[in-house]
Amino acid sequence: MKLTTLLIGLCSASALAFAAHAETLTIATVNNGDMIRMQKLTDDFTAKNPDIQLQWVTLEENVLRERVTTDIATKGGQYDVMTIGNYEVPIWAKQGWLLELNNLGADYDVDDLLPAIRGGLSLDGKLFAAPFYGESAMIMYRTDLFEKAGLKMPEKPTWEFIGEAARKITDRNAGISGICLRGKAGWGENMAFLTAMDNSFGGRWFDEKWQPQFDQPEWKNTLQSYAELLKDAGPSGASSNGFNENLTLFQQGKCGMWIDATVAASFVSNPKDSTVADKVGYAIFPNKEGINNHGNWLWSWNLGVPAGSQKAEAAQKFIAWATSKHYTELVAEKEGWANVPPGTRTSLYKNENYEKAAPFAAPTLEAMNAADITKPSVKPVPYTGGQFVAIPEFQGLGTTVGQLFSAVVAGQMSVDDALAQAQQVSVREMTRAGYIK
Amino acid sequence: MARAISTRRKTVTTVVAWLVALIIFFPILYTIITSFKTEPEAIAGISLIPSGTFENYIEVQAQRDYFRPFLNSVVISLGSTLIALLISVPAAWSMAFSPARRTKDILMWMLSTKMMPAVGVLVPMYLIFRDTGLLDTRTGLTIVLTLVNLPIVVWMLYTYFREIPGEILEAARMDGASTLKEIVYVLTPMAVPGIASTMLLNIILAWNESFWTIRLSAANAAPLTAFIASFSSPQGLFWAKLSAASTLAIAPILIMGWFSQKQLVRGLTFGAVK
Repeated sequence: MKLTTLLIGLCSASALAFAAHAETLTIATVNNGDMIRMQKLTDDFTAKNPDIQLQWVTLEENVLRERVTTDIATKGGQYDVMTIGNYEVPIWAKQGWLLELNNLGADYDVDDLLPAIRGGLSLDGKLFAAPFYGESAMIMYRTDLFEKAGLKMPEKPTWEFIGEAARKITDRNAGISGICLRGKAGWGENMAFLTAMDNSFGGRWFDEKWQPQFDQPEWKNTLQSYAELLKDAGPSGASSNGFNENLTLFQQGKCGMWIDATVAASFVSNPKDSTVADKVGYAIFPNKEGINNHGNWLWSWNLGVPAGSQKAEAAQKFIAWATSKHYTELVAEKEGWANVPPGTRTSLYKNENYEKAAPFAAPTLEAMNAADITKPSVKPVPYTGGQFVAIPEFQGLGTTVGQLFSAVVAGQMSVDDALAQAQQVSVREMTRAGYIK
Repeated sequence: MARAISTRRKTVTTVVAWLVALIIFFPILYTIITSFKTEPEAIAGISLIPSGTFENYIEVQAQRDYFRPFLNSVVISLGSTLIALLISVPAAWSMAFSPARRTKDILMWMLSTKMMPAVGVLVPMYLIFRDTGLLDTRTGLTIVLTLVNLPIVVWMLYTYFREIPGEILEAARMDGASTLKEIVYVLTPMAVPGIASTMLLNIILAWNESFWTIRLSAANAAPLTAFIASFSSPQGLFWAKLSAASTLAIAPILIMGWFSQKQLVRGLTFGAVK
């Protein structure tokens, strides 16, 4: 009896001692399928690292962005690992807000990261965040509707072809719109799409002296084509459609084409949610005839460690686990290859099991490899970034311009007025921010 | 004839009252209905008949722990309400029964703090919380919610106290009651309906406050408002799950409101008819 009591006492004492020494990492993240999946699989990490406990703070994307920015700028220290986009990484790294990830372990294989993604997360050759999943943009189209209309998607479609095809397959009586595009205002909504589209039209946001370019013909062509396309072949209420709204329309069979993030491919081809899962084809982001540019859309959600973190070693251990090849295999084992986080590692796209389970693997890789965020436009630019401009002012400016362009789609403003106002606002903001001397 | 008109009028006013109540309650009702739909159903269009699935509730429970944010909400809203009342009762007493020349100005100034957008003081507040170690603590959120709701509590109590005849307090004073005894034994019992409704309203306001509670908390002190916000997704469908999370979050306060509605209405109309 005494021995039992002693043993229980010793166990309790060691449990208390362990609890006292266990480090708790607070991880800020967005609510998307891949992140939720990771939260469910963290037992694998905590089993291997019993001295590290994890707690999650999951938030809506914009709130998360606002909160982690406030926290990191004020050195609040609320988070040990932050989920951030490749828009923030270079800006924050330059500010000294992120720790260099130089302790990810010998078997991490940093050279396996897709070069385009790795480049976007590095500054002076140093990695400041590790990609959890990555995406570019591509065309998703209904093969059955194309066949019915006698159309064949070219290997490298142009905007001219997309326009013709969209108008041809539009069937208002059947409730089918030829094309669904983002119209909802926001730097990460319609402006992500329009910036990429303008890149593929040969345009740019700023010239080498940071002069806004909305008064140039490329932007006028872009906005005119976009507005006319949505008017002739888009769904009703397109000015309030973002990623989720278009996803629903496509899944319900109401869009002939949808040009958006490659991550959507796994949703539209999932028979559980999509009524057209077996009728979807994929093609690279279009370009304007004669312009060798396919939009340069490149986005990744990444894990980074805020500078000044007291738990940097444990945080890097977690990041190494969450973005490793081992994690990919873990997801494949538990949830199937189609559900592994895409767009971060070269080895994934050489895996036969993945190619078999994910028919969109090859076009996704092609789209990602085609993106070069160091040269978003065929014209010279003073910035990096594909569907965004990697400067701190872009969030505010992009959203303001996005509201003007959304008003064009809603029929509340003309293309010329919207461009004139966009130019005026941009010149004012860039002068105020000190870019224009 | 007069009786017939009266009955008809009564019927009409009852129908209008029900209609108004339905319109006011409709967003909550629709949230509850949506929580029993599948995700594609939720976004398909307006429909009042759900397929009746419990999948969203199961998914919400599987994804997040409900109990911890619930407990945080209870502690924060009750704590901030009690502190606000402790401060506001004597403040409202002095303003109602011993007004000074600038009392009205002070009252207006207190109310004017509610006119400023909260985001305007986010960074200073964040820095104060960081430096005092109050970030992501229940104590910090209790303090901030007390401050946020204090003007409304003072105003409400001031209005109720003004309805109480000053002569009763004078009589108590003449009988030798101290200020504290006057407030505790004479004023408070007379103003119970007003204090109760102020308390209930403040609990509701604190329970639903999302700006500060989301921004000043992380994992430890996050209340149900943060629990709801965590179900909004940038990529993928989430309306049905968000509705299920919202229903779970508002259920306790809805039930509390239902059971205390008599007290709440009595307090809100206290002194309205003389």
